[in-house]
Amino acid sequence: MTKQLDPKQKLDIEEILTDLENYHPPRKGWTWREAPAEGVDMGPFHYRNMSKPLKNSIGLPASKYFDAIDPQPSCVVTTEIASGRFEDDIRRMRMAAWHGADHLMVIRTTGQSHIDGLLEGTPEGVGGVPITRKQIRASRKACDMIEEEVGRPINFHSYVSGVAGPEVAVLFAEEGINGAHQDPQYNILYRNVNMYRSFVDAAEAKKVMNGARIFQIDGAHNANATAKAGWLVMPELMVQHGINCAFSVAVGMSKDLIGLSTVPPNAPPAPKLWYDLPYAVALRDFFSEYKMRAQQNTRYIEADIEEAIRTHTIDTLISMLTSADLQSTITPDEGRNVPWHYNNIRGVQTVKQTWAALDGIKELLSINYEGPLGEMARDIKIRAVAFLEEIIEIGGYFAAVERGFFVDSAKYPERHGDGIARDGNGGVAAGSIVPRDPDYLAPVCDHFGYNALPEGVVTHACDLIGGCTLCKPEKIVYIDELDPEDSADKRLEATYPYRKGTLVKPEAEWAGDGTILTQFFVPLPEDFAAAYGVEMGKRLGLEDPQVVNIQVMHPAEGCFVEVKGKVTFDVDVRTLRVPEKEVILPEEELRAAVKQLGLTVVAGTVGEDEHSVGLREILDIKHGGIEKYGVKYHYLGTSVPVSKLIDAAIETGAHAILISTIISHNDVHRAQMRKLADLCVERGIRDRMILIAGGTQVNREMAAETGLDATFGRGTKGIDVVNAMVKALKGRGVL
Amino acid sequence: MTEDRIAKFEARRARLEQLSDGELKARFWELCNQLVEPMVDLARTHTSPSIERSVLLRMGVDSVTSQGVVNRVLEAGLLGKGAGHVVLKVAEQQGVDIPAAAALILEDKTVLQGLFG
Repeated sequence: MTKQLDPKQKLDIEEILTDLENYHPPRKGWTWREAPAEGVDMGPFHYRNMSKPLKNSIGLPASKYFDAIDPQPSCVVTTEIASGRFEDDIRRMRMAAWHGADHLMVIRTTGQSHIDGLLEGTPEGVGGVPITRKQIRASRKACDMIEEEVGRPINFHSYVSGVAGPEVAVLFAEEGINGAHQDPQYNILYRNVNMYRSFVDAAEAKKVMNGARIFQIDGAHNANATAKAGWLVMPELMVQHGINCAFSVAVGMSKDLIGLSTVPPNAPPAPKLWYDLPYAVALRDFFSEYKMRAQQNTRYIEADIEEAIRTHTIDTLISMLTSADLQSTITPDEGRNVPWHYNNIRGVQTVKQTWAALDGIKELLSINYEGPLGEMARDIKIRAVAFLEEIIEIGGYFAAVERGFFVDSAKYPERHGDGIARDGNGGVAAGSIVPRDPDYLAPVCDHFGYNALPEGVVTHACDLIGGCTLCKPEKIVYIDELDPEDSADKRLEATYPYRKGTLVKPEAEWAGDGTILTQFFVPLPEDFAAAYGVEMGKRLGLEDPQVVNIQVMHPAEGCFVEVKGKVTFDVDVRTLRVPEKEVILPEEELRAAVKQLGLTVVAGTVGEDEHSVGLREILDIKHGGIEKYGVKYHYLGTSVPVSKLIDAAIETGAHAILISTIISHNDVHRAQMRKLADLCVERGIRDRMILIAGGTQVNREMAAETGLDATFGRGTKGIDVVNAMVKALKGRGVL
Repeated sequence: MTEDRIAKFEARRARLEQLSDGELKARFWELCNQLVEPMVDLARTHTSPSIERSVLLRMGVDSVTSQGVVNRVLEAGLLGKGAGHVVLKVAEQQGVDIPAAAALILEDKTVLQGLFG
């Protein structure tokens, strides 16, 4: 079937595109994570809201302190990926999957909602990918390989909206797409598709989705992303969710496939919890039979990445205090650009980190329904019911849309008069629905509505034609390309040197795009800081430098500035020199050598430097330090003069001197290291003393420069130091 | 009008506040179901170019041909019969398979004449 991926190899895009015309998805439908009821044990911990761990994954940065565990939330975790080129997106999907995303959502290219028909081939998109058979088939094929690699099914998702909804739904059903947005209200309100057409098409699309067990997400959350005061439209949001759910069920969709797209509507500096929690509680009460797709807030995202992440952390807290079947993530750079590779990962990490931190929170804390929370939740519910009553009173849904009932930014029943009103006879594809004749016939499966099938002749509608594509995938007609000039093949040719050749450029979205981001403080007021940012970018040689974020630290003292731009040069990977990895001798050999010699060292933090933690970790048996391997040490403390260490070493007959030097101001760390070497030479003991230095600003290359035997930076363990000493002693013939 | 709406809301609220949480929820769903009924009926009794193209796709006709066929069927005033129905009839009448019938409709629109008597 699919080739097994090697974690050491990049995805082979050309291979994925090979023989695509014969590829059919090995499975269809949505998959939830497996979260054992008894919890999950990982490393030293027991987790209560986690699913089974992955076969291959990358944990949070701090996981190295906890046996490298990578706990996976019990809910499905979403990331949205859409750079306009699917061939680059699938590489990002692989990265996201390794960090814990299992719901990969592909946004469509701008304007696809208004295209009355299917697109084919692999044209480049804007702000999303043109959804075509070839593109989703290739993506699904890549997902099939990636899910094998990480050890968990991946749900691939896109949009069944716009004027070609039923066709897109059939395409998705045929190609094994696992989830999709489908909400006729979205078409009407935000895409100005004719209201009657939207609902007629939606019924067919939903029926098809149900047949292929495609999970549905609605579009209600767009109201709080669109309304001026997103936190006031909560009664309307309940109504929108209710309409899509009720309509979906009425046309035959199974409730377990229906999800609400819900966003905590507020964001700091607002007192977020007082709005978002009652809403979350009210929603989960009314919609207890449906799934919750908890999205993160986009309405109040600005260009600042950290601010977005902090809001999203609180959004995730709200999910955990209430419930979420899917936790979606918003890339924290959405407020400044089309998402970049690593910001998808950051979004996923926000959920992973919050979820792990708050695991089992409901066993420790409970929501207080007495008092203001219960009252506020009930108020929202009452307003939602009253909203529905008013819609029915004035003549139903279509009449309400014509009168601008929806996306008005006031709190119902108040009105600002800024709601989106649509004309029943207007909009895209107005007047395009046709009544079905008494002999109307559609000889295919998963068709909704009146169908004059010959009585008693067939069991399945498609028996009339000997099977439809949903029953016989071999009947699907695959179109490769309509415009070979605007295709993945052309783009892949151009990026070949960066993917399979030896040229390297950084990238944000696309292979070889060269995009980088610089961050700095500049002591200028805001206007000048922006002008400086562009000028600086130019002088650094960046192409098209743009300021993407400015934060005033003080009106006069200066600003934090972020400038993006493109690197114009290539680096050939063959010219890069990678320092050889130090090979650590086997532990038994090290212990034997230490024992044979009775290896003794003196150690201390030198200079005017009171840091002691790092060195203690290198020394103490408790932290796996050199003591663990039998080395005897004399620790002289902090702020020790170098000469005193040398005296002590001579006095105790030590084989080595270990210094720690953390402070690096004015290069004082280098000076201390040189001083140690120089003084030992002066005292005539250099050839019988092993000299080693370590510190956060020290690296391996500094040994040669300062005349020491070995130097160590961050992340060094006792065994690295013992290894260096034993090797140096062997080198000198002492061992 | 606005004041009238607010007054109506206050009356509704006073009434709804008498309901228990369970009754309020039941009322919400009763209204939702009532609201979508006419839309479901509209969908049951109508079709659209996209629905008909989606039927042709399921019959094994490619997307480009489906587009052309539905346009021809629409021009001929036959969309209410179902585009799949039309293609099926042409296939039966001409003794060809479904994809060939669809191609035939594009080549020669006279095959649609008198198809339904």
